[in-house]
Amino acid sequence: MPETLLDKLWTRHLVQAESTEAPAILFIDLHLIHEVTSPQAFDVLASRDLAVRRPDLTFGTLDHSTPTLPANETGRLPYVTPEAEEQVNKLISNCAKYGIELAGMGDARRGIVHVIGPELGLTQPGKTIVCGDSHTSTHGAFGALAFGIGTTEVGHVLATQCLLQRKPKAMRVRFSGALGPGVGAKDMALAVIAEIGADGGQGYAIEFAGPAVEALSMEGRMTLCNMSIEAGARFGMVAPDETTFDWVKGRPHAPSGDAWDAAVADWRTLTSDAGAHFDREVTIDASRIQPMVTYGVSPDAAAPVGASVPAATTKSAEAARAYMRMADDTALQDVRVNRVFVGSCTNSRISDLRAAADILRGRKVADGVVMLVVPGSEAVRKQAEDEGLDAVFIAAGAEWREPGCSMCIAMNGDAGAPGDLVVSTSNRNFMGRQGKGVRTVLASPATAAASAVVGRIADPRDFIQQEAV
Amino acid sequence: MAVEPFRTLTAKTKVIAVDNVDTDQIIPARFLTTTASDGLGRCAFHDWRFDEGGTRLPTDPFGADDMADTPILVAGANFGCGSSREHAPWALRDFGFRAVISSDIADIFKSNALKNGLLAVEVGQDVHAHLLQNGGCTLTLDLEQRVLTLDTGERIAFEVEAFARRCLLDGVDTLGYLLGQQEAIRAYEEARQ
Ligand code: SF4
Repeated sequence: MPETLLDKLWTRHLVQAESTEAPAILFIDLHLIHEVTSPQAFDVLASRDLAVRRPDLTFGTLDHSTPTLPANETGRLPYVTPEAEEQVNKLISNCAKYGIELAGMGDARRGIVHVIGPELGLTQPGKTIVCGDSHTSTHGAFGALAFGIGTTEVGHVLATQCLLQRKPKAMRVRFSGALGPGVGAKDMALAVIAEIGADGGQGYAIEFAGPAVEALSMEGRMTLCNMSIEAGARFGMVAPDETTFDWVKGRPHAPSGDAWDAAVADWRTLTSDAGAHFDREVTIDASRIQPMVTYGVSPDAAAPVGASVPAATTKSAEAARAYMRMADDTALQDVRVNRVFVGSCTNSRISDLRAAADILRGRKVADGVVMLVVPGSEAVRKQAEDEGLDAVFIAAGAEWREPGCSMCIAMNGDAGAPGDLVVSTSNRNFMGRQGKGVRTVLASPATAAASAVVGRIADPRDFIQQEAV
Repeated sequence: MAVEPFRTLTAKTKVIAVDNVDTDQIIPARFLTTTASDGLGRCAFHDWRFDEGGTRLPTDPFGADDMADTPILVAGANFGCGSSREHAPWALRDFGFRAVISSDIADIFKSNALKNGLLAVEVGQDVHAHLLQNGGCTLTLDLEQRVLTLDTGERIAFEVEAFARRCLLDGVDTLGYLLGQQEAIRAYEEARQ
């Protein structure tokens, strides 16, 4: 029987197959942990006097509650609250206690969990990867079975390296054609969510395929898989290919020598077979995708940047218009911007920063607009600084910060003020996500940078065309 | 951790007729710096209930509701979408809810809820519409029979993943169950080497 990529990944990790009475027991190859969703799980371990079964398959980082401003003269980091600092310290002590490797403060490997896994070569094709964070789907870009779990399950994996799971249904989203200039993976993600809805992927693992996906860089594929959860799908994945192998090769945790060749030979088998059955198939013409922005409080309220806010047809949509202060028929490009955030595990990699810098180079952030650029990891920060991107941002009037989740979740003190309209490269435009009363417009790094310059939601292609002339 | 068993519940409903209620609404991220899992009820729907100074908003949809009286939350479509934060069901449980009913409930939230004694039930569009329109009505959720009895007396069958159901009915300790599989796990690890 022809198999999907999902089938292959699933079967390889079965400690016990599922039955009507019980879910499958799935072995986990990589467990990433961070400070927010792990403390209660470690407490359960401690209360039952259990060890971490495979500390060698567990890796920790600090990202959510960490400040993005540097330490003061006395070396103290500006934590938003004592609780935030305590949470960070708790992960440090738990990792020390259980022998788990941690990219702690000051470590050159530290960064947002979904940025550093791939960077360090921990993320590899064929692995099962979990983390107490719903954007774990990011790692599926490498042809891994990667998904977010709750804290109870974090405890299960710490104690047993296994999870109880039911197999999801398979969906394939094919992007035919090629993307136009100024359009990227973020726009593809928003386009697919707008197409199938914020719950359209519920119960599915999505495999992204087709020429426009094959043409994406690994970073673009990560952006696309990252946002699967915004369509309700816990899993997003792309079959590994030469682009994947090239990206993984030589990274600190990647196999080397003969083991590398053997791994690649195996990874090449990780594709959906011709004729494999998908429970749902969706096709999107990539050549028709425009730069996308959101206008509501759910990521499926997305439209091309040149469009107007559609008429609300439900009570929930009416409430969303009121919250966003966007009446029906408002031209999106008329919407004034207070803040711009470039960062998050969706769009904080080097190519994202380059895309934003390309637009900001030689230009200024509009008066009255505050722009924050937060690299996804220490490695991204170093690379950006080596390329002089930090200087481009600072010259344009933006703030260049230390790595972390920052305004994506606004729990470290980086937040907008009530009523602010933030054009953000993150993944969620939920009410209050970026601070109480903050209005979030999701966009690509290029669109965010263009909007910073104009002071209103803007089309990045206007800048690209200027450059072409 | 074992949760207290859940068999049947007869209670009034509280309706939140909003679609796509995400986990940031259920518990705003700034409350996630906690390292505990209890006492989060005060954070549930916080920004719908209180202003910056902590004063109750006139628009608080829960008002002075005695939650013990309305432990069934009836919510709009795609409830619990967003993050994997288990703080969301922890907060709802602590706030007094024992069950949530919607036309569809986000996967990770559903899985987290069931692990914490919060029964998550999905119903068809008609039943959902009826429940949204009849806030405060009394329902019975019988997990053993998997039957929801409406205020009208109508009996509706619902699905719950079999293992989660057994765990809820019997208060099974899922971690204990997994720990009981050590041999199979070891065999798998060895075969993979
Ligand atoms: S950047 Fe945002 S979405 Fe990504 S892990 Fe951090 S908080 Fe979660």
